[in-house]
Amino acid sequence: MAEDVKALSAELARDPESLVFLRLGELLRRKGQFAAAQRVALHGLQRHPHLADAHDLYARILADHHDDEHAFDEWDMALRIAPTHIGALKGLAFLYFKIGDVAQAEAHLQAALEVAPDDASIHQAVAVVRGRGTAGAAAPFAGTVAPAAVPAPDAAPEERPVAAEPPLPLPAEPAAAVEAPVPVAGAAAPMDDERVFAGLEGAQEGLLLLDAAGLVLGGGLRDPEGRDVTDAVAAYLAGVSQEATRSAKLLGLGAWTGLSAEGRLGHVHLTPPATDRLLLVVRDRSMPMGRLAVVAQRAAQAARRWLERQG
Amino acid sequence: MTAAGFERALDLVTRVRGVRGAMLVASDDGLVVAEQLMEGIKGPAVAALAASLGNRLRRAMEAAGIGTSPFWHLQCEHGALLVVPAASGILVVAVAEPDVNVGLVRLELLRAGEVVG
Repeated sequence: MAEDVKALSAELARDPESLVFLRLGELLRRKGQFAAAQRVALHGLQRHPHLADAHDLYARILADHHDDEHAFDEWDMALRIAPTHIGALKGLAFLYFKIGDVAQAEAHLQAALEVAPDDASIHQAVAVVRGRGTAGAAAPFAGTVAPAAVPAPDAAPEERPVAAEPPLPLPAEPAAAVEAPVPVAGAAAPMDDERVFAGLEGAQEGLLLLDAAGLVLGGGLRDPEGRDVTDAVAAYLAGVSQEATRSAKLLGLGAWTGLSAEGRLGHVHLTPPATDRLLLVVRDRSMPMGRLAVVAQRAAQAARRWLERQG
Repeated sequence: MTAAGFERALDLVTRVRGVRGAMLVASDDGLVVAEQLMEGIKGPAVAALAASLGNRLRRAMEAAGIGTSPFWHLQCEHGALLVVPAASGILVVAVAEPDVNVGLVRLELLRAGEVVG
């Protein structure tokens, strides 16, 4: 096994863009080397932010260590990228089951079955969910499963602690069931602001979502010297959306869809992802204005989905 | 700069196919310096808003550390507003159809900006 890790590590070192990080990360995860697995997964995500398997791998690592909220985000992102990703569907089912949302767990498993109708592990999981899906059975599951009893979603059968164990977590002993339900982004608790643009290129350094008053809803911005300029820029942009709207109306040009500006050291693009909301994308001058507009539209879609979830 | 000079600068922009009009606007107070607009466009109001929008954008870009903008472009469903700030503080503004050649308008706006100084 150690040789495998060495071989895969060497392969990744030779070609950092290689997808071998998926195998290496999974191998390290199975060996219980959390920190190393996480480093490999993040390395892969940096280079392949739009690869669903990379988000799935990172989610499994997070789920192994009970970081369910962020695992949820990663599986959610994987599904946005690949709506039929079985690993993500099973992973989300796992988390929903864990917090007692049996209906959502079953819905995700059914969606996985539509993609892989012959996958025995999914049938087994459906059976488990249906068996546990009784009123009042939900809350005690959350946060109560001992690490050894939590087979991570998509784990290979040989890695499960007990071969006969069902593919979803078992409820703990009643005496242990005292923790509060684990909050899951999109379900009970809001996503972290900085994760509005999770998975998008440069998500933490050049994407900013604001309300009409210039208050930051998500994202962040740094100047070329690395200083955090988020709040200052946001304050100056307050009111831009209304003025752009009024200008477009006065000119009879309909709704405004974007505002691009060249800068001496970088380019910016503003777009309204929703009423009274403003999205700013900043990139250096190496990115052409047209491509910047495409990046902005993708970020706007992510922002709209996030805003919808916030209600 | 003479009135003829302003007209020459505006001509550079309005001769581009798809441009509905052009204006020179004082960026500090938003007043129209010169204009060649198609009928129906409310020049003074657009000038005031363009100046205000440009000032907000300039301050935001300076705060972001990426410097002032030599060109900005408001895209709308049925057209666009394109702006180049000249060195003298005058904004050269074009109002254009949605299918205009933005690259060409940008070049002519920059040339007009040099004429205005």
